[in-house]
Amino acid sequence: MADPVFFELLHAQIVKYVEERQTKDTDLSSLDTIGFTCGYKIIERLTRDWPKFKDELEIVKFICTDFWMAVYGKQIDNLRTNNQGLYVLQDNMFRCLNKIAIGKEHLQVAPLYYTFTCGLVRGSLANLGVHCVVNAEVQNMPSVKFHIQVNRL
Amino acid sequence: MSRQTSRLDAKKVNSELFTLTYGALVTQLIKDVDNVDDVNKQLERMGYNIGVRLIEDFLARSGSGKCYDFRDTSEKIQLATRMYLGVSPTISNWSPSGDEFSLVMDSNPITDFVELPDSHMGLKYSNMLLGVIRGSCEMVQLEVSCWFAQDQLKGDNTTEIRVKLLRKLEDSVPAGED
Repeated sequence: MADPVFFELLHAQIVKYVEERQTKDTDLSSLDTIGFTCGYKIIERLTRDWPKFKDELEIVKFICTDFWMAVYGKQIDNLRTNNQGLYVLQDNMFRCLNKIAIGKEHLQVAPLYYTFTCGLVRGSLANLGVHCVVNAEVQNMPSVKFHIQVNRL
Repeated sequence: MSRQTSRLDAKKVNSELFTLTYGALVTQLIKDVDNVDDVNKQLERMGYNIGVRLIEDFLARSGSGKCYDFRDTSEKIQLATRMYLGVSPTISNWSPSGDEFSLVMDSNPITDFVELPDSHMGLKYSNMLLGVIRGSCEMVQLEVSCWFAQDQLKGDNTTEIRVKLLRKLEDSVPAGED
């Protein structure tokens, strides 16, 4: 139905809008909120007919495979966990960054482009019952590592 | 970890993701900007910025050449709507001079799941689409003006966008997108 290009352009415009409005250097909370709202709502529709997830790891694996494939056209390249609530998802060719630079150039703009996805993942997990904090780091464009820290009470 | 075929339809997911993201954006805009007219303008401006880039992707993908007249243009806009929004609009209501037409959609995908509250009746929710049309036409040297003749969000039966050719632009495009 809709084309990924259109979504990418919309995402770029949202990033531009937030960047123009931010009063402090690192205030990307509105981007994160937009991502969170989307993730929270979309996961309901995506997993409507899905069999129940056995445990937290199954949920994270779903995000890495089917979810990432549907949203970004590929799966997560590497998943690591310490089995204590910390998961690291590595995408070596993150679609939002792969047209910006390759290597160590322009690293400072990377947060603008991965924050929406951090929110998206956080929102999706939240509606699946996994409450967490999602951050990301970029050392080499366009490879991103998303860190999911699950709140275990 | 990998599965051969995913049970999720990527195109449908993308479409819904677009709709939800657009909705979240509009909500954020309303929160940031009090005035509904400013929100409308902001949406149109963002649409314009998207349009100037989307046209390149469209031309590359469809392999279209120059349009001979405005009717050609209307057909290309129809094709683009099908490509990017996944709906097939109809072209109708041509003006006698052939410089104005209507793009009629039975369903507007970006307004799926959306209801306009009474307090925001002045909001032109789909204003971004008008900006996209204006921006992409400007990149091919056509200055157009678009507006909503009918809007399903406001209770009409269909969504109708009216597109009017103002003039052909000569040589350079005005500098500065904003």
